[in-house]
Amino acid sequence: MAEFKLMKGNEAMAEAAILAGCDAYFGYPITPQSEVLEYLAREMPKHNRIVMQAESEVASINMVYGAAGAGFRTMTSSSSPGISLMQEGISYIAGAELPCLIVNVNRAGPGLGTIQPGQGDYFQSVKGGGHGDYKMIVLAPASVQEMADFVYLGFDLADKYRNPVLLLSDGAIGQMMEKVEFKPYTRPVVDKSTWATTGKPKSRNRNYITSLFIQPERMEVHNLKLEEKFKQIRENEVRFEEINTTDADYLFVAYGLSARICQKAMDIAREKGINIGLLRPITLYPYPYQRLQELASQVKMMLSVELNSGQMVEDVRLGVNGKVPVEFYGRMGGMMPTPEEIVHHLETLIQYHHVN
Amino acid sequence: MKNNNQLEELIVAGFGGQGVLSLGMTLAYAGMLENKEISWMPSYGPEMRGGTANCITIISANKISSPIISLFDSAIVLNQPSMDKFAPRVKPGGILLYESGTILKPSTRTDIEMIGIPATTEALKMKNTKVMNMIILGAYLQLRPVVSNESILEALQKVLPEKYHHLLPINRQALERGEAMVVELKVQPVS
Amino acid sequence: MSTEQHILPGPVPVLNLPPCHTEEEYEMVYHKPATMVDTTMHYCPGCAHSLVHKLIMEVVEELDIQEKTVGVAPVGCSVFAYDYMDIDMQEAAHGRACAVATGIKRLMPDKYVFTYQGDGDLAAIGIAETLHAINRGENICIVFMNNAVYGMTSGQMAPTTLPGMHTTTSPDGRDVSYYGAPIKVAELMANLPGAFYVTRQAVNSANAVRRTKKALLNAFKYQPLHKGTCLVEIIGNCPSNWKMTPVEASRFIDEEMVKTFPLGDIKIPGAEDMKIY
Ligand SMILES: Cc1ncc(C[n+]2csc(CCOP(=O)(O)OP(=O)(O)O)c2C)c(N)n1
Ligand code: SF4
Ligand SMILES: [Mg+2]
Repeated sequence: MAEFKLMKGNEAMAEAAILAGCDAYFGYPITPQSEVLEYLAREMPKHNRIVMQAESEVASINMVYGAAGAGFRTMTSSSSPGISLMQEGISYIAGAELPCLIVNVNRAGPGLGTIQPGQGDYFQSVKGGGHGDYKMIVLAPASVQEMADFVYLGFDLADKYRNPVLLLSDGAIGQMMEKVEFKPYTRPVVDKSTWATTGKPKSRNRNYITSLFIQPERMEVHNLKLEEKFKQIRENEVRFEEINTTDADYLFVAYGLSARICQKAMDIAREKGINIGLLRPITLYPYPYQRLQELASQVKMMLSVELNSGQMVEDVRLGVNGKVPVEFYGRMGGMMPTPEEIVHHLETLIQYHHVN
Repeated sequence: MKNNNQLEELIVAGFGGQGVLSLGMTLAYAGMLENKEISWMPSYGPEMRGGTANCITIISANKISSPIISLFDSAIVLNQPSMDKFAPRVKPGGILLYESGTILKPSTRTDIEMIGIPATTEALKMKNTKVMNMIILGAYLQLRPVVSNESILEALQKVLPEKYHHLLPINRQALERGEAMVVELKVQPVS
Repeated sequence: MSTEQHILPGPVPVLNLPPCHTEEEYEMVYHKPATMVDTTMHYCPGCAHSLVHKLIMEVVEELDIQEKTVGVAPVGCSVFAYDYMDIDMQEAAHGRACAVATGIKRLMPDKYVFTYQGDGDLAAIGIAETLHAINRGENICIVFMNNAVYGMTSGQMAPTTLPGMHTTTSPDGRDVSYYGAPIKVAELMANLPGAFYVTRQAVNSANAVRRTKKALLNAFKYQPLHKGTCLVEIIGNCPSNWKMTPVEASRFIDEEMVKTFPLGDIKIPGAEDMKIY
């Protein structure tokens, strides 16, 4: 039988990093994710791995750049204000095509905001928070179990595409405890010797890590190469979960914590005879546009529920492309909608659209 | 009748330092040992500096949807602000268990089961104020046997850091004391 | 609020006792500066932040510069400083207070501008901004609260954490061979030509408080000279994360902190610097 542990999302993520063979973690304290650094400060030395409290998130992400450029499996984590500080470094990492895992335990903003959960960093995460044309693969866990599972997945995808992967969580998933099982994991063999800066032997040309291509012609070639990679990612890595969609007349679209709240709202709505389903994007980039398009010919209306002022809803609308109404309901500032509140809003919308 | 203990949505609330979070955590752990689905969602942040703390603990036979909820099957409240805040959020027919030495103005609701236990005084009698929360937990489990006593004792062993394992016997006594106090009150378990 | 209200609180009339003294008969021996907002603070019991807030506000009151003072609050436990100091203030991003203060002071050179920063804020994430502001000789006063930990985020290691000191991110004690020695900010910054007055003080005894007050008074008085940056490092405390009572914390400062962070003036204006007076 599976062996379960009771852990906070942040701790499960940290433990999974160790099990995934993470060679180095660099971070700076910030609520609500300081447990990651605290856990790893305690555990990593036992495994002879590197853990370092940096002097800032600017430093953390650049330490990640260095370690990843040397071919090591490496990660950092922070929460919204710290992730904002990292944006420059992330752009450089994407430009230099370095595999690494970045975790954002989203809190509500803007600015210093509050330390309570939020999903206001959606745009920053999926549309490119730093400068230039780049994309991160963005994974959105909705449970403590997924906090652990997506660490393995994230590292593997990072290696596969030589691209930064962002795990976009939130304060609630980070702080809450659920049971978690650390599944056996085998690390895919990846050859980094063709680019990692490990010291040049006579037998090969030098390796160097850079995002600088000063001649426009060469820069564009590099851009096109990146675009080709993002196309591959869009074709191969879309992930989502569907609940109760087979008979659904309406559809919730929500990720992370919002998706959990929507599940409860769905139960309540179905008891009231409203046939609603849930589509939960697991990858926020690449986004399940295709599946939304298909569902748009089945359901009469979609409702995107988010802990922000309406960000992902724009992607839902892109997928649906005008076929059915796409509505939005959200709370901000660290406030959470109750399932009852969502159902109430849903009922009002159904009446408004006369789509019954 | 509740749905056969299929789902219990509980809030535990009080001052930081009253053992609110560990009470919920012990319960969640015991649920896990019984192969149930569980979630434990704490309040966090600077308000915990001497302020109030609470945690939502859910134990269920099925996959848990939202870890954050606004209405509860049961509430355990250990200070007046928590009584004022959470009493209105107990579902009709639910349970409100409170520390009667600390809370002088319990809710006046009549559609829920209100049980006051002087757990602090009891803990003082046991010469360890820290076990107040375990007395309360014992009382709660007598009212709502969502997990077995064996699981709770095993959970305690896991939740308590090893250096405190000499305190296991007194914790067990506290649990038993809480159960006995409810029995003395002649309140029927709600299931 | 009138000062009388401070010495004659509500209960006297409520009790309905015949007054033994009229209000005028009381001699005013102490009052909270009027430049403090009259409210409850969020700081833990015994925390030094509140005391130092008050000292700064006493200086502002005594110099009568409330109208001319702009403060910059950090990110740290003192993030709400603007709730307590009755002056114009700006809240800076974590570590950026000196850059924000530069912006303020350069545009308003006649104002008294100060930053109030913790050790994480100033010496970790914000050391670059701090160092460059001092190197430029910004005519600001930096009040640096060194409590050797990150208080706000619950006790992680700071750049000023003592060797061997246990924190949540140095669970086996700060290992100097791994993380380096604690940064002696005052000594470090005093090397910069832009630093005009640099001192390190404490607030764990009545005498220490008096000396700190004097240092803050000087630092503010020097501002109109336009001679450079004044840095007042203050050994604060963090009873909550040091896991000590406030009294134990005060003792810890005398017995341990001062070994690494000796108290006293590190750079004082020379006689000719002061000629301008
Ligand atoms: C960019 C960013 N990173 C991290 C944080 C989280 N944070 C808030 S306060 C703080 C440290 C405060 O320590 P210190 O400056 O020593 O102040 P104290 O609380 O000890 O007075 C940190 C890391 C933040 N707010 N912003
Ligand atoms: S945590 Fe430490 S620094 Fe912050 S208010 Fe409490 S005692 Fe003061
Ligand atoms: Mg500090």
